[in-house]
Amino acid sequence: MSSPPSQDGRVVPFRPEGVGVNGEKPASVYFYGTCLVDTFLPEAGLAAVELIEAEGVRVIFPQGQTCCGQPPFNSGYRREARQAARAQLALFAEPIPVVVPSGSCGAMLKVHYPELFKGEPEEEAVRALAARVVEWSDFMARVLGARLKDRGDPVRVTYHPSCHMVREMGVREAPKALLGQLEGVTLLPLPDEGECCGFGGTFAVKQAPLSRAMVGDKSRAVEESGAEVLVSGDAGCLLNIEGTLTRNGSSVQCLPLPLFIKRRVSGDSA
Amino acid sequence: MIPDAGRFLRESGSALNDGNLRRNLHKAMTTIRGRRNERFSELVDAPALQKINNSIKRRALADLPALLEQLEAKLTARGVVVHWAETTTEANAIVLDIARRRGVKLVVKGKSMVSEEMGLNRFLADEGIEALEADLGEFIVQLADQTPSHIVVPAVHMSKGEIARLFKDTLGEKFGEGYSEDYTEDVAALTALARRVLREKFQAAGMGVSGVNFAVAETGTLALVENEGNGRMVTTVPPVHVALMGLEKVVPRLEDVAPLVRLLTRSATGQPITTYFNWLSSPRRPGELDGPEEVHLIVLDNGRSSIYSDEELRETLDCIRCGACLNICPVYSRIGGHAYGSVYMGPIGKILTPQMAGLSEGGHLAGASTLCGACQEVCPVSIPIPNLLLRLRQEGGQPTARGRALLRGAGSTRKMGEAMIWKGWSALAERPAVYRLATRLLGMLGATSLGRAGLGAFGPGRTWNLTREMPRPASRTLHDLMRTRPQSHQDQHTSE
Repeated sequence: MSSPPSQDGRVVPFRPEGVGVNGEKPASVYFYGTCLVDTFLPEAGLAAVELIEAEGVRVIFPQGQTCCGQPPFNSGYRREARQAARAQLALFAEPIPVVVPSGSCGAMLKVHYPELFKGEPEEEAVRALAARVVEWSDFMARVLGARLKDRGDPVRVTYHPSCHMVREMGVREAPKALLGQLEGVTLLPLPDEGECCGFGGTFAVKQAPLSRAMVGDKSRAVEESGAEVLVSGDAGCLLNIEGTLTRNGSSVQCLPLPLFIKRRVSGDSA
Repeated sequence: MIPDAGRFLRESGSALNDGNLRRNLHKAMTTIRGRRNERFSELVDAPALQKINNSIKRRALADLPALLEQLEAKLTARGVVVHWAETTTEANAIVLDIARRRGVKLVVKGKSMVSEEMGLNRFLADEGIEALEADLGEFIVQLADQTPSHIVVPAVHMSKGEIARLFKDTLGEKFGEGYSEDYTEDVAALTALARRVLREKFQAAGMGVSGVNFAVAETGTLALVENEGNGRMVTTVPPVHVALMGLEKVVPRLEDVAPLVRLLTRSATGQPITTYFNWLSSPRRPGELDGPEEVHLIVLDNGRSSIYSDEELRETLDCIRCGACLNICPVYSRIGGHAYGSVYMGPIGKILTPQMAGLSEGGHLAGASTLCGACQEVCPVSIPIPNLLLRLRQEGGQPTARGRALLRGAGSTRKMGEAMIWKGWSALAERPAVYRLATRLLGMLGATSLGRAGLGAFGPGRTWNLTREMPRPASRTLHDLMRTRPQSHQDQHTSE
């Protein structure tokens, strides 16, 4: 897999090119909600959809979508992963962007599907789909050039950049750029922000002691940041960190990026 | 349950609970990461260099058989004896043979991970030959009767105090009363003490053993980087020098070494260049005042040619053993190297061990990763470690035909229970109506406190729930919210 270096010096997989250049707004997009958002954070999915629509873009949510197949793929069960993936392929037939509110599931579609379908009859179609996949914050900031108007009270926020968002999707600046537009938001640095939170899908239970140690350190870093709210673009990381903070009696609130932004621009709490 | 998988879980668990180890590692890893980042930030375009290094190694490996032959021819012409060892047993036998022929009683050794693969010290000891580590870190680890916990800084798991105590307790007993000194934590004094031991041994040794960082095919030159001068001593002072190298270390041209070294030392120790850089090309020639009388190179396979024969897995052999992936790894930096139970640890160990020792022995290591990708990001030769981990997980759980042919223990990490879970998962994923029903049911369960308690009481939920609140399944899924919301931006074709 070719991985040209990005401008800020990290090695990333290729950038979403087929998705329209800056300022070129597509009339409509597909939204791939992901099974984690669907099940645990549907409000975040809805917020993501509504924020896209607020930019004048029509959002298509195929009801046939389920799971991208990443869990079996990461566990080494590629046949089952392909089976899950095949069920998603036909849902995104039109040549328009597929927006995903997750770096991890986004990377599954964009980076790993082409690998998963190498030599399969769908290979070509999968490559075409992968080229259209774009992570939500990247789509908002870079493709749509969204301008956000903050209506919330002043708040201290820190941001957890998820590993797959950064290292597989190459989305580093977009979430911070969006947060930076919110006038009432003070974005505080998260110590050791580049370190994994310890979720890793099945890793969280298969290697429970390691996962616990990692998320323990991450939670402490969140507390040390002095933020009232932790924002992240990936549901897995967020549930992992939130679950730990809550169990430890922390008062830090954990919110998915789109939901946090949606509440700020509509003047809801947080 | 594979016994070794259980072992890793136990060992990593107890490493995590070892406060002393955690402190030592945290301190060392923070320092070494900082140095590496500083050196990298000085480079005009580090990622471009990483790419260049990757292509140097890719090109070298593409031509590996021819390059090895060229290397052998060049070295032989200059009087270096080249030996080929398919297994570590063969490699050990070659070393022993040379030692016997020359009547060697004492071997001094520079740092070499290949010698760790061979278990050379123990092997020689069993044959009545003493092998003494001359790299300070390895010297410490040997004194403590341990194995290296890091491929570059072998005693990284120990604190200054622990090393001071070790010296006080063992040096006099092992090397004579002259080396029994008062307890001190002064690093300079401890180093001086070790140096005093080693100086004497360098002069007494009948054989010096070293590793090899790069072997240049066109010139027949062995390159060795080091910081303590021990590498120079073991390769020049004893009458016989035996260099050990894995067969992947050869590069075509002299000029290939420069970019590789530029990132090797920066990645390993955060140095622009090491204190010593040794170029070795022949035994002492007539008229020369120093150097060994005999030089041997042992080229070890030990599973490498099998790795080599798979295009994707071959990238494992790009590794130049800098240890940067260990230092950045959220797993390694919390448990150190011993918990892995293998010669190579950390991310590189997770891809090497399952291939060298077989998936039944080391397959579980490929699973012990969050796939965070930090290792690939810092790798000076851009090895796609996460992708290789994924490939090895596949070969462990649902092997390909190639995997079956190449990897010992292919399919051995497959567990019936897990296989069933993924079958069920994919069956659900390809039936949207059933999926929607299932997620809705989960939501109903999440809406009641009894249901939530149930989710956190069994299996994976229970493990999660031990230290984390269970996430609460929403009573209405995104599918529901999108289907029923008033604005009708919804997709018209909701067919499945």
